[in-house]
Amino acid sequence: MTSAVTLSDLHRTFGQVAALDGLTWSAPVGRITAVLGPNGAGKTTAIECAVGLGRPDRGTVRVLDTDPWQAGAEHRARVGVMLQAGGLPNGTRPLRLLRHLSRLYADPVDVDAVARRLGVTDFASTTVRRLSGGQKQRLALAASLLGRPEVLFLDEPAAGLDPHGRLDVWDLVAEQRDAGTTVVVTTHSFEEAERLADHLVIMNAGRTVAEGTPDSVTGGRSLEDVYFSLTRKGAA
Amino acid sequence: MSTPTTPVTSTRSGAASPRRRILAQAAFEVGSLLRNGEQLLVSLVLPAMALVGLSLTSSPSLGPGRRIDVATAGVIALCVISSAFTAQAISTGFDRRYAVLRYLGVTPLGRSGLVAAKVLATLAVEVVQVGVIAVLGAALGWRPQASGIAFAVLFVVVGTWAFVALALLLAGTLRAEAVLAIANLVWVLLLGLGGVIVPRTELPAGVSHVAAYLPSAGLADGLRSALVAGQLNLVALVVVLAWGLLATVLAARLFRFDD
Repeated sequence: MTSAVTLSDLHRTFGQVAALDGLTWSAPVGRITAVLGPNGAGKTTAIECAVGLGRPDRGTVRVLDTDPWQAGAEHRARVGVMLQAGGLPNGTRPLRLLRHLSRLYADPVDVDAVARRLGVTDFASTTVRRLSGGQKQRLALAASLLGRPEVLFLDEPAAGLDPHGRLDVWDLVAEQRDAGTTVVVTTHSFEEAERLADHLVIMNAGRTVAEGTPDSVTGGRSLEDVYFSLTRKGAA
Repeated sequence: MSTPTTPVTSTRSGAASPRRRILAQAAFEVGSLLRNGEQLLVSLVLPAMALVGLSLTSSPSLGPGRRIDVATAGVIALCVISSAFTAQAISTGFDRRYAVLRYLGVTPLGRSGLVAAKVLATLAVEVVQVGVIAVLGAALGWRPQASGIAFAVLFVVVGTWAFVALALLLAGTLRAEAVLAIANLVWVLLLGLGGVIVPRTELPAGVSHVAAYLPSAGLADGLRSALVAGQLNLVALVVVLAWGLLATVLAARLFRFDD
């Protein structure tokens, strides 16, 4: 199967800390790849390298056959990103922001439809600064879809959402996959990984400790068991 | 699970043209600036009050030339400093804090598009500021030298470049709270001692000599030479260009998109 995203032997060090220590995984085209790992495993650093916000000290990153570091606007238009920190301007209202961001694309999706779908219309009159964590998540997810991306990077998209909100997000992510989009989701939730993943990556201490289809990774055991046995402190 | 499908590229969007992206971002930034009450106060209300105040009094001394002509040129320099430096430093500092710069860096706009849009937005706000000050000045008796207007436009553009570069240098290297404090403090200091409204020749001897090398005095002197005397002030232009070049080189090297 061809891959839309390939990270090969990535090393990235911050001071004395090796955030990525020979990280290798790939995300197959048109599938959902879930990346699981404890805090500090290097998930966010890996996503930053994949979207061109960071550059590995060593190793190669390919996204849609392009090196994302300083890639051009056409490449960035093909990649949708939802960052953990959000990155949304604070002083504006949600729909004004989405309309603005949609103008950066030649043929964006219908802003009102996406906003309705993610419930952004329910808090349209609140400035971004005053949104709850869950509302910000929905808005950031809506923003990531505006340019009809071929690859979608979602850094913990359902974190902080209530059960209904999580279900909405999962349905939407599955829909994107069904429309042919490659999705990479980082998560701490076994439930999320089990529900969504066509392809599973487990990271620990800057490396990949398991990768494959969910069945091949778990081998009949529960995902939770496999995860803890691979990521407990001292596990190699 | 669905069968894997190759994305159908014809349904994909692609990026808008660079021109459209930058114009969209500039329009968004202008809208945000004009919606921000505190910023309007610094950009428009305070300069207008300074102009009215100077026209109604005879102190401080503004030196040779008709008082309203000298004052209006200085207030236009103050407008440029407010928008290009103070407003831009504060908004960029907080955009950096809240990861907005990172986010826009991964959209088709990109980092260079963002910087271009900020310069364009600043120029657009200055058109509004200068328009308001010109009308107010005219009502108070301002008569600019027509032969110097092209030189004045040159100084506004070069001054905007220099002060936006200084703003980005500040906003890209310090914490957002420090940027807020310093940007406002610098605005007040330049207003009082930087040879902006009160020409540096009217300042005490020690201050006057230092001010000669400041971008604030360079910009304001250049505008006064252009609009009061109709002349191109080359020394002032060199001072502003040197600051623009220095700040651009330093900002390009030191600016950090992450907080």
